[in-house]
Amino acid sequence: MVKLLLDGIEDPSIRYLNGYRAHGGYQSIEKAITMSPLDIVEEVKKSGLRGRGGAGFSTGMKWSFLDRKSDKPRYLVCNADESEPGTFKDRYLMEKIPHRLIEGMIVSSYALGVRHAFIYVRGELIWVAKHLEHAVGEAYSAGYLGNHILGSNFSLDLTIHVGAGAYICGEESALLESLEGKRGYPRIKPPFPAVSGLYGCPTVINNVESIAAVPWIVTHGGDAYSKIGVDKSTGTKLISASGHINRPGVYEIELGLPVEEFIYSESYCGGIKNGRALKAVIAGGSSVPILPAELILKTASGQPRLMTYESLNDGGFTSGTMLGSGGFIVMDDTTCIVRNTWNLARFYHHESCGQCSPCREGTGWMEKILHRIEHGHGTQADIDLLVDVSKKIEGNTICALGDAAAWPVASAVRHFRHEFEFHVRHPDQVTAPNHVANAAAYKYEEITHAKNND
Amino acid sequence: MNPTFSESTLSNINRLLSRYPADKRKSALLPLLHMAQAEFGGYLSPETMDYVAQLLTLRPIEVYEVASFYTMFHKQPTGKYVLEVCRTGPCALNGAESIIDYITRKIGVTINEISSDGLFTVKEVECLASCGTAPMMQLGERYIENLTEQKIDDIIDRLKHGERLDIEPNPENSILFRSCQGQSNG
Ligand SMILES: Cc1cc2nc3c(=O)[nH]c(=O)nc-3n(C[C@H](O)[C@H](O)[C@H](O)COP(=O)(O)O)c2cc1C
Ligand code: SF4
Ligand code: FES
Repeated sequence: MVKLLLDGIEDPSIRYLNGYRAHGGYQSIEKAITMSPLDIVEEVKKSGLRGRGGAGFSTGMKWSFLDRKSDKPRYLVCNADESEPGTFKDRYLMEKIPHRLIEGMIVSSYALGVRHAFIYVRGELIWVAKHLEHAVGEAYSAGYLGNHILGSNFSLDLTIHVGAGAYICGEESALLESLEGKRGYPRIKPPFPAVSGLYGCPTVINNVESIAAVPWIVTHGGDAYSKIGVDKSTGTKLISASGHINRPGVYEIELGLPVEEFIYSESYCGGIKNGRALKAVIAGGSSVPILPAELILKTASGQPRLMTYESLNDGGFTSGTMLGSGGFIVMDDTTCIVRNTWNLARFYHHESCGQCSPCREGTGWMEKILHRIEHGHGTQADIDLLVDVSKKIEGNTICALGDAAAWPVASAVRHFRHEFEFHVRHPDQVTAPNHVANAAAYKYEEITHAKNND
Repeated sequence: MNPTFSESTLSNINRLLSRYPADKRKSALLPLLHMAQAEFGGYLSPETMDYVAQLLTLRPIEVYEVASFYTMFHKQPTGKYVLEVCRTGPCALNGAESIIDYITRKIGVTINEISSDGLFTVKEVECLASCGTAPMMQLGERYIENLTEQKIDDIIDRLKHGERLDIEPNPENSILFRSCQGQSNG
């Protein structure tokens, strides 16, 4: 098993500078300062590394968009706000190997010509911020941060910053607003942060895991990285596995691992808890479409589904999903899809910042309708209304939270419509212990066809 | 009485400010509000927010609008211990609802209420990046994971007996300064 990000994690001393150096830590800086910054950007491009925060955009490309002609300072901001339900990998990495992120911040800042960088940690993870702070102190003392790093002309300050509880601050422009001491309201783009980001200056924002991959790429070269994984899904990915599985936790996988192996192998999730059957998976954090067991294990055309950006996306939103943040949530056959969808809709309504009406109002509507259906007060028309509202949000908002709220609802109705139908047609049964099994087995074809012929 | 930070917290604040560009002091607002909340009674009263505004030379409204946006800032007094239990999807799959129910019944409060002895407030919060160890809650600066009824009984009983559980935020060192003395305002 390839381990780049979590290499050395079994050694508790790797949390501290000496332990980290004993595992080869900080070597990439010595190499980097002998290279030209643009050559490092080239290596990162060659590696094929894609942003691990959710969108999967090429990190090297993003770096090359940074406005280097501006005479303003340039900033690098690490997104450690990790709040996507189902995702807990950045926290794990920062807790166990904080220096890997710091080393990544240093080499990335060198490549980008940054003099002052920030790590924005979600406020609840205060003790993780303290570990990082301690590690930053060690790095200053060892000459990896501060003025004239390792005797070179390169100087860098690194500030750990804490948020205060708001999912929306994970959205990059909201994060910048928050770092400026304001409400986390996403900005209208363009301008993009590469041109006008923190304090109106050119800024690169990357996820913890993306930045932590850079030292390995600099040390071993972009080509070596691109040979790990398959196709355009290069390298390794941290997967946060949760839900009804025997071995929840964070796993570093080589991209390309079959989903089935990930779920059932003893090296990973270890199969479904209590010997139950797999019902559904949300593969990339709560924002991505949910898939039923048969579609997560195999694509619609019968190919084994792989843990890659492309394979999970196979079938688009009709029969596929996304790798997203790698928050892999597994549900067994006792799970009520209606209830789970309502729970997530409630989350997005709670977290909507309220700037755009489709998101602010639409998330409220979806929560309300799902609450009705779940509690036996829904009507047939409610199911269609739900899909209608989700479509009106999608693509009509300032930031992607709108889409993130719409997709889970739309996909749940798409793949599990019979369960919603069961809830509206048998309101007296929605609290019965066996209602999940009955809903799952519910046949409603005749009714739907009749409606479609209207 | 008007809130005033201790001398040592004030010197920490100066160090905090040195970590942001000299003309961007407002960036320190969130960390400063955390410190204020820890030092002045566990919530942000209008007086506390006015004091923070004055320290950063901001208009009070700039502080109010920020304090009201973020869930970690309490605008009302709370119990001495705030149990923030995660209720989001992945935790819900592993029994968050019944755990929340158990905790509120055990303490004898509804959500967001202060218990009659002033010790506890139970809040429901969203995903805390701990979904692999569900169900879970945050208590002060700590996460308590893989919650069971027995674990909850144990914690609540110990807190009731005045035991220290190493969970209290300490304004003297809660927000991170030691390392950045060398920092040079970018
Ligand atoms: C509502 C919302 C929440 C987000 N939350 C996070 C997050 O917690 N962590 C993260 O790295 N990216 C998050 N993102 C993605 C960021 O906007 C951004 O794309 C990412 O940090 C870029 O880093 P990357 O290119 O390295 O992935 C979120 C996006 C949206 C729309
Ligand atoms: S889509 Fe929602 S969260 Fe994003 S800016 Fe609009 S209202 Fe705010
Ligand atoms: S859902 Fe509870 S910690 Fe993530």
